[in-house]
Amino acid sequence: MAETEKDVNMPTEKVPAKNMLRDVVDKVYAEAWEAKKRGEPIGWSSSKFPAEIAETLGLKVCYPENQAAAISAKHGGQRMCEYAESMGYDNDICGYARISLAYAAGAGGDERPMPQPDFMLCCNNICNCMTKWYENIARMHNIPLIMIDIPYNNTPEVNEENVAYIRAQFDEAIKQLEKISGKKFDEKKFEEVCANANRTARAWLKACSYCQHEPSPLSGFDLFNHMADVVTARCRKESAEAFEALAEEYEQSVKDGTSTWRYPENHRIMFEGIPCWPELQNLFRPLKEKGINTTAVVYAPAFGFVYNNMDEMMRAYCKAPNSVCLETGVEWREGICRENKVDGVLVHYNRSCKPWSGYMPEMERRFRKDLGVGVVGFDGDQADPRNFSNAQYITRVEGLYEIMESKKMGGQKSE
Amino acid sequence: MSDIFTMGIDVGSTASKCVIMKNGETLVAKSLVDVGAGTSGPERAIQAVLGDAELEMKDMAHVMSTGYGRHSMEDADSQMSELSCHARGAYFQFPNVKTIIDIGGQDAKVLRLDDDGMLVNFVMNDKCAAGTGRFLDVMARVLEVKIDDLESLAEQSTKDVTISSTCTVFAESEVISQLSRNTDKRDIIRGIHRAIASRVGALARRIGLVDDVVMTGGVARNGGVLKALEEELGHKIYTSELAQYNGALGAALFAYQKSK
Repeated sequence: MAETEKDVNMPTEKVPAKNMLRDVVDKVYAEAWEAKKRGEPIGWSSSKFPAEIAETLGLKVCYPENQAAAISAKHGGQRMCEYAESMGYDNDICGYARISLAYAAGAGGDERPMPQPDFMLCCNNICNCMTKWYENIARMHNIPLIMIDIPYNNTPEVNEENVAYIRAQFDEAIKQLEKISGKKFDEKKFEEVCANANRTARAWLKACSYCQHEPSPLSGFDLFNHMADVVTARCRKESAEAFEALAEEYEQSVKDGTSTWRYPENHRIMFEGIPCWPELQNLFRPLKEKGINTTAVVYAPAFGFVYNNMDEMMRAYCKAPNSVCLETGVEWREGICRENKVDGVLVHYNRSCKPWSGYMPEMERRFRKDLGVGVVGFDGDQADPRNFSNAQYITRVEGLYEIMESKKMGGQKSE
Repeated sequence: MSDIFTMGIDVGSTASKCVIMKNGETLVAKSLVDVGAGTSGPERAIQAVLGDAELEMKDMAHVMSTGYGRHSMEDADSQMSELSCHARGAYFQFPNVKTIIDIGGQDAKVLRLDDDGMLVNFVMNDKCAAGTGRFLDVMARVLEVKIDDLESLAEQSTKDVTISSTCTVFAESEVISQLSRNTDKRDIIRGIHRAIASRVGALARRIGLVDDVVMTGGVARNGGVLKALEEELGHKIYTSELAQYNGALGAALFAYQKSK
């Protein structure tokens, strides 16, 4: 008894932010399993569907993109892709889609199990392949598909017609999900959920911003690991708290002069695109050997967005890497490159993500012209390891290093 | 002051090339063995070049390896990618070079250099051997001709034949199909050269061509491909007897810098 009292009085040890973040994601999936057991309907949602609606209605939702990334990182991607291909899906289709279609068809695995869906939440702001992917699963399970169609933004501004179009779909999605949940949409709860989502986004973006420090207290690869929370649990208070703790840790690291990047920071680069999840170690190795820290990434902060009202919310959902025009894409990336002080860009030409990779040659040209930095592309895949060649990747990273070294020495006069 | 000897070895996918330079200025000896990474080729190339130069390994102030198998060379003091080595080698031979088209055994790459011969930008083929030396090897085999005879046979061509597939395997089927229709081999060979030029030309346009343009790598030995590339790109393309040794030459020059 005395010992128990002593324990209560002892100062509690601070939980590392990465553990908090891991626990939040584990809780998302655990709660979905529990809800499934209770007979509640479970949703599968695309990563940038307005999560605020399902959260307000208390519906439990899982995220196939997050699951596919986890399966890929744990080296189950090829098995799942091949399963989908045996079902008739072409190997040119997105690797996440193939993994998800295979999982929906019962080709499970223990990498990141999640309950089968009772409804689908699809928003095509993240990519167009998403629409057919989700339609196929809805048909496979004979379940409802709630669709929010985001028009591609050909101009930097989102016009009023598009805002109205998306708002109408948003309202319709609420009605559809009220029927599925059997609950009435509570505006007060919705405000709380939105406040949590904004708090999470702010904390996430703040954590990402620590890459701007020289030397950086982290590697951008850390952000790839931490971004699961902003995808799967954006509307939860615990996510905001975990990201705030992460930002505090980075702040302390800056003060202490420490970093999760334990190598020299000879060069700083931006990593463009979704990482090759099955090849994270292979991606990282030549970078650490050359002292090239990834101090800017495009994919991770893309999931951090803040809004102050419904119109701004609609506009925020219009802005994803694959739904904005080239000029917006260039401006955003060049801003990150400048703020995060990079002297090179490594571009992933991702076989799984053709919309993203398609405009990269022009984006590369702009980076060279506007920023004067070295830019190199490599061929790979976010989920399918068959599309990555380590030897080719190493040669390209070394080429980038040699270009950056040459620029650093003032060796380059003009192109 | 005694002379400084440096060695550059380019361990490619299909050949090993070795060069010894004196004082970073004079080529002392060169060797080439027709097998590359993972074989006895690199060691044989080293022994051959040392024998030719009448030198020993201990005489080398610095040895630099480059190419696909550069990291497997225990004798090397340092490594550098073939990209920078090709830039250095070509700049040594052609001081006005701004664009290099290098076609090796399994790589086709285009490099852009600045006024001082430093690498600024590059593009390479990915996941596909179309437009590389391996592509020519496959075609020569199916046509039952020697790789060294391709150029002279193409010169005798009188008719245009198009090989349109960008895939080596499918292009091979296309060639077989042409042969079964009794199409003249010489016309097919010129069609193959144009297919390579078309493929590599697309890479070159992506990076932007600036004169002088220099071609390096083993495929530069085939004047038929060089001519097809000149026609495709509308630029004069320079090459040299040392085209296949260019990467090794660049490595030996960098080795000299390191030795100082």
